[in-house]
Amino acid sequence: MQLSMWTYEGPPHIGAMRVATAMRGLHYVLHAPQGDTYADLLFTMIERAPTRPPVSYTSFQARDLGGDTAELFKDAVRVAYARFRPEAMLVGASCTAELLQDDPGGLARTLGLPVPVVGVELPAYQKKENWGAAETFYRLVRGFAAARVPPPGTVRARNAVPSCNILGPTALGFRHRDDLAEIRRLLARLGIEVRVVAPLGARPGDLARLGEADFNVVLYPEIAETAAGWLQRAFGQPCTKTVPIGVGATRDFIAEVAGLAGITDIASDIDEQCRLSWYARSVDSTYLTGKRVFIFADATHAIAAARVAADELGFRIVGLGTYSREQARAVREAAARHGVEALITDDYLEVEAAITAVQPELVLGTQMERHIAKRLGLACAVISAPAHVQDFPARTAPQMGFEGANVLFDAWVHPLMMGLEEHLLAMFRDDFEFGAAAAPSHLGAAVAAPVPAAPAWHEAATRELSKIPFFVRTKARRNAELYAIERGVGEVTVETLYEAKAHYAR
Amino acid sequence: MSPDGVAGCIEAPSPVAPARGQREVFCGLTGIVWLHRKMQDAFFLVVGSRTCAHLIQSAAGVMIFAEPRFATAIMDERDLAGLADAHDELDRVVAALLARRPQIRLLFLVGSCPSEVIKLDLSRAAQRLSRTHAPDVRVLAYSGSGIETTFTQGEDACLAAMVPGLAREDAQDALLVVGALPDIVEAQFARLFEALDIGPVRFLPPRASRELPGVGPGTRMLLAQPFLAETARLLQARGAMRIAAPFPFGAQGTSAWLRAAAASFGVADARVDAVIGPAHARAVAALARHREALSGKRIFFFPDSQLEIPLARFVARELGMIPVEIGTPYVHRAHMEPELALLPPDARVVEAGDVEAQLDRVRAARPDLTVCGLGLANPLEAEGLATKWSIELLFSPVHGYEQAADLAGLFARALARRAMLRV
Ligand code: SF4
Ligand code: SF4
Repeated sequence: MQLSMWTYEGPPHIGAMRVATAMRGLHYVLHAPQGDTYADLLFTMIERAPTRPPVSYTSFQARDLGGDTAELFKDAVRVAYARFRPEAMLVGASCTAELLQDDPGGLARTLGLPVPVVGVELPAYQKKENWGAAETFYRLVRGFAAARVPPPGTVRARNAVPSCNILGPTALGFRHRDDLAEIRRLLARLGIEVRVVAPLGARPGDLARLGEADFNVVLYPEIAETAAGWLQRAFGQPCTKTVPIGVGATRDFIAEVAGLAGITDIASDIDEQCRLSWYARSVDSTYLTGKRVFIFADATHAIAAARVAADELGFRIVGLGTYSREQARAVREAAARHGVEALITDDYLEVEAAITAVQPELVLGTQMERHIAKRLGLACAVISAPAHVQDFPARTAPQMGFEGANVLFDAWVHPLMMGLEEHLLAMFRDDFEFGAAAAPSHLGAAVAAPVPAAPAWHEAATRELSKIPFFVRTKARRNAELYAIERGVGEVTVETLYEAKAHYAR
Repeated sequence: MSPDGVAGCIEAPSPVAPARGQREVFCGLTGIVWLHRKMQDAFFLVVGSRTCAHLIQSAAGVMIFAEPRFATAIMDERDLAGLADAHDELDRVVAALLARRPQIRLLFLVGSCPSEVIKLDLSRAAQRLSRTHAPDVRVLAYSGSGIETTFTQGEDACLAAMVPGLAREDAQDALLVVGALPDIVEAQFARLFEALDIGPVRFLPPRASRELPGVGPGTRMLLAQPFLAETARLLQARGAMRIAAPFPFGAQGTSAWLRAAAASFGVADARVDAVIGPAHARAVAALARHREALSGKRIFFFPDSQLEIPLARFVARELGMIPVEIGTPYVHRAHMEPELALLPPDARVVEAGDVEAQLDRVRAARPDLTVCGLGLANPLEAEGLATKWSIELLFSPVHGYEQAADLAGLFARALARRAMLRV
């Protein structure tokens, strides 16, 4: 048993939902109690999906447990097939149904549906969301591509136009939509054809074609590594190891894919979009030198952020960690390179303690670290899932490729003091309006102006006011005072407070 | 018609029984999101899976302004392998938690689907842990599992768990208001009861566990929420008498609720009129603007919080809206009778059932406003239907006179925004 206040990752079936929701023509039937339908809101609210995830839940209840939950599951699959007519179905169990041992995969196969059915078993009491996504993606890839695996020893012929698949982007992924657009653009400039992108936007039939490309681009190893490993073994398809986040990594990525594609002449202006290198060298950026930064994210984003922070912005890394235990080793190695000890944990309180202890100037993390930073009054930028609604911006804001690097520059530097501003603060530090507590001017908080000649408050009214939620209290006070002045009432009473409320509601 | 306009139709609509199919509703664990704000020295420890932890943080919208007063003891394989070990593990986790949070006076062990399915007896664990940590901490258990409870039933189960431990109240004529209310609303009601000379008045749940009310044969209880079936049953078993009333939503609902209490305590009509008259009139005036915007609009409720019937009554009678369908997870006939009597006689009340069938019906009906859960709101908006998410009705102060216009505003804003946008 593990005591947990907040979790970085959901259970593994959430990972399966992210894969199913990313794809087209696939429907997922989940053996789960009604409460597990909360997962829909992750997609419809956080990512603002305009459609429900393609998921049906059996929503069994206590009274079904004595009876036949297996029959209930089969009904749900039948009904979901009839209603949604998917090209393929995915079936599985959430944590509670796992305990019932109904075997969703086996049951669904007995139904003789006219479409392929893939069962995934995701051990909910051992594994978490990213593992669930990786396993589900792997099972789907294998399920659809296995029939086309060539006999062992077959030598791969290169395609006339070099081609690849892009693996990893899912629904609810941190900037996956935008990263994908950016990497597609980069590959197009290199003259590499993209055959299949999966899971995002892929149909089940597309997965069957995965073996045709020359190699695979793995954008998010947490999700796509397992499938890419199988494709490598089954089809002899190599895959990329570099995650193109930051200028240096993007250049490495270009070199890696060029090698895999057999391309030798790379356009000299391939990096024409890149502004980060110049911005980082411009004089205003000198103030960024040695800013102390704490990084905590999924392994991929944590490692990439550390490189960008240290090599491309000149920050000093004072903490580096991840909640992805599966990739702990790579993060430990990266931490060693940056001279810190890696923090490997999924306990948010431990992360908070670590941040409090080092008091960094900038925190790069998930939405959890954003809260920690807010509470400690530290600057922060979100660089990884789990993320909240504002981390799914309307504009295109990739993390990957040269444009992604530009976005990182803006997103990480903005929360800090601007260069000249910092110098002015230092110069006028004795002026009472400045001082150490001054916030960056562009992040200033508005304060409601007090009412001139405000009337006195009756004691009961003051008490009442204190019960009003803090975020509307100032407004309530102001309205009551204005109302009292307007009516020539000398003292604000509880009645005045509510008269004013009713008055301004009109 | 009475002066507040609540007497009326006698023909109550009769609810349609639930249909099989996928239910789309939160489980009772969700109640923790508002209960932990109310009882400030209480802590809620869910004994469940990672799913349960994820549900609560997703439903709460992850508002971490302070270290939360809830957590999940996430079970792993070893806990499933042997119940003895699971109990040991629970003891260890509770000890660690109490060491970290010494302010906790009341600890709830909250059961989940996995803990129910493996038959982990949390009541037994609660008794054991109460003995271990007495006298500083009391430990109670209830289930918020999705196989037994929906959404607001979690509050019912939580309050019900407190009833056996309530002290015996010997006073005659004590009033017990049942259901978690925001402090500001509680204070407003307390003042009104005082002005009516009804009392002593106590609230369940209280703000702090040491303020737990007593209960006895002289207690009369007034339910502030429509989803408290089990709590009411247990309080009645302890001798409390339930005052039947509509629920205090809207000016009329609040007046009817207060009048029912006043009648039970024999308060003279003139006095009642004098006390509630101004507040009622103020609420009616504040509602006028919203009534203008909402009158004649058709509204559809998805089954979610059990607030649907009282809310439909409010929007129909006080805002002139037309309820097309009133879905609700469950209809408690006895508690709902005064509400059902006030609904338009042709209103269609449907107990929770197949969400796909409900979606078909809402698409066919094309109401002006749909009240639904967070999972459905954006998809319905994308189909061109205006929505109001129901969870806000639990998180914001909506009871009583002074909040009547705020409640109406929640419905009106959804429509006003659509009218404004030109994109
Ligand atoms: S439905 Fe059950 S398993 Fe799911 S979150 Fe609720 S209590 Fe946990
Ligand atoms: S404070 Fe921000 S990140 Fe946190 S829950 Fe609210 S909106 Fe999301």
